[in-house]
Amino acid sequence: YFDSVPQAPADGILKLSVMSKADTNSKKVDLGVGAYRTDEGKPWVLPVVRKAEQRMAQDPAANHEYLTVGGLPALTNGAQTLIFGGDSAALKEKRVYTIQTISGTGANMVGAVFLKQFKRPDDAAVYISKPTWGNHRSIFQTAGHEVREYRYCDYQTLGLDIDGMLADLRAAPRAQIVVLHACAHNPTGIDPTPAQWAQIADVMQERGHFPFFDCAYQGFATGDVDRDAFAIRLFVDRGFELLVAESFAKNMGLYGERTGCLHAVVADPARVAAVSSQLNRLSRATISTAAAYGAKVAGTVLQDPELYGEWQQNMGEMSGRIMEMRRALRQRLEKLQTPGDWSHVTSQIGMFSFTGLSAAQVQRLREEFHMYLTDDGRISVAGLNSGNVDYVAMAIDAVVRAG
Amino acid sequence: MGPPDAILGITEAFKRDTDARKMNLGVGAYRTDAGKPYVLGAVQKAEASLLAQGLDKEYLPITGLARFTGAAAELAYGAGSSALGRLAITQSVSGTGALRIGGAFLQRFYGAQPTVYLPTPSWGNHAAVFRDSGLKVGSYRYYDPATRGLNLDAMLEDLRALPRGSIVLLHACAHNPTGVDPTAAQWAQIQRVVEEGEHLAFFDMAYQGFATGDADRDAAALRAFVAGGKAPVVLSQSFAKNMGLYGERVGTFSIVGADAAERDRLLSQLKILVRPLYSNPPVHGARIAAEVLTQPELRQEWLGEVKTMADRIIGMRQALRARLEQLGSAQSWAHITDQIGMFCFTGLKPEQV
Repeated sequence: YFDSVPQAPADGILKLSVMSKADTNSKKVDLGVGAYRTDEGKPWVLPVVRKAEQRMAQDPAANHEYLTVGGLPALTNGAQTLIFGGDSAALKEKRVYTIQTISGTGANMVGAVFLKQFKRPDDAAVYISKPTWGNHRSIFQTAGHEVREYRYCDYQTLGLDIDGMLADLRAAPRAQIVVLHACAHNPTGIDPTPAQWAQIADVMQERGHFPFFDCAYQGFATGDVDRDAFAIRLFVDRGFELLVAESFAKNMGLYGERTGCLHAVVADPARVAAVSSQLNRLSRATISTAAAYGAKVAGTVLQDPELYGEWQQNMGEMSGRIMEMRRALRQRLEKLQTPGDWSHVTSQIGMFSFTGLSAAQVQRLREEFHMYLTDDGRISVAGLNSGNVDYVAMAIDAVVRAG
Repeated sequence: MGPPDAILGITEAFKRDTDARKMNLGVGAYRTDAGKPYVLGAVQKAEASLLAQGLDKEYLPITGLARFTGAAAELAYGAGSSALGRLAITQSVSGTGALRIGGAFLQRFYGAQPTVYLPTPSWGNHAAVFRDSGLKVGSYRYYDPATRGLNLDAMLEDLRALPRGSIVLLHACAHNPTGVDPTAAQWAQIQRVVEEGEHLAFFDMAYQGFATGDADRDAAALRAFVAGGKAPVVLSQSFAKNMGLYGERVGTFSIVGADAAERDRLLSQLKILVRPLYSNPPVHGARIAAEVLTQPELRQEWLGEVKTMADRIIGMRQALRARLEQLGSAQSWAHITDQIGMFCFTGLKPEQV
């Protein structure tokens, strides 16, 4: 029966991880990992998360009962306030429905399936940035959409190709779906400035496009949740209807607990009930209900002012260390006078940085220097630390000079 | 506007009801004799132990926690099963997630426009899950309202009439919603017909241990099909009820391959299917389940608690039947104790409900 099932290609990032794990060289540096690491190179469970877990463990009423299909209110309500802001008109006007999901991927998929059923026109394509998170294309194609790209990364400057992006959004047919990274673009680290976001909103409005925000790094990018939500709030203020896929994997370090939400901002509050019924229906047919434990942790943190404040600090620690490593790497490359302009290392933001290294250079880094990063030249800045940043700079310098 | 969910809508209505006498006999979650949720002792201990270990929350692999899926496979198929060396298994978002992965897998690899046949009736969500994964949904007769038992003849007749190589969804034990399970002899007949029709057996096992109180007994039908070696077997396995892990979403989906090489190919395709759905599964519940299944003391305690839950349910069936008979009811209520598992098909009509 299954004779005809072919071997599927292995996931590229996983392959990298396997190679990295197998490498026993003492100088080995893993810059492929998509999870925060401490300066000691270790995973970090946020202290505020441990606190919340202890509190939960002491609750005599704690249980493992099913959540409702919509999810844990402490999480979904807290997440709404976090993303849209406490004074959001959309929230006051009750124009937002939020459903808990299996982290960001689950939110992207629920949104993708919903849009396939209800998008207008029914042949609207989904536009993703070039490049984007590897799973975006797969998610939207699996949901049955045609996927197209809009220019995003300027491969010369390693900054935003704003002209290319706006041109592509203008040239697209009217009323397409456009996936936008709210902050800390994955994989490039290149974010539009507020002024550029306004331009993007202008063009999206002109062309009647539908924004689908992917927000996996709120608070993780600048350390400031309001700043990191700027783009989403701008679009909401402009009156867009939109979806936001939100993940607590990185900003709360909840990765494997799979904690996330999908938010739908609807123009007419009278339509929210219908939207929520459809999102619930399709989530029920995929997972029934979402995972309780991580939601309870996140909900506990979001709803307690003291814990919330501590969380801000923990996020500040992560984003702060990342920014410090960016400065450290840039400074060393400039000191070594490594050919090229390395200002992008610090103008880019978030967990990832597009170095501009070629696939051949990346291969050399792997084989000669035991440094692991993806072929597109993306490094996980989280993998840098005070113990390896000198070595990394030296290795990059070597491969760049060799051409 | 979507319609209210057939099952979850009942709990919503229950919550809205202000009458002091109200009872929720709707949602499938175990309750103690005091009507409260029950966190199993083995689960509590496992969770406390895990908390004390201060583990990280890194992503699991796409196919989940190996310690969990390995132990789960042994529980379902039996420790000595030949299936274990050729089993493509992935952790899933509980039973629903497993059904969804299975549906997606079959949609992609099991011929053009495959149809899955469900017993009539079946769990309210089965049809939605399979349709949304792209399968067509058909049915075979199962429950006999006249006897409130199994209509085996009709079931076999319908299975015989299916196109060769159809997908047949079978409840491994504690049929939901009727509580009507085939006897061992009836299972043997069902197996023969499924094998003769060259059908694929898609087992949904959400109540292992919870039905008779004995995990091996409850898996007997699944294991017989595997031992038969003819019908391809896939399994959706849930730990929601038997470990009380409901909201933690703990389950597996597995395919019994021909050999280890086929298993590897199947696994590679399962990963491709899972990645866009949710990337990787939740870690918390899987760690608890792994601890319970692999720590001998916890496992013993767990099996005892599962038996206690099953016994309380059996006791309640006996008590309900006895009281109905005491009240002098004219009709037979034998089905209440003949049926098994969490649910009982009362025979009440919609107006009576």
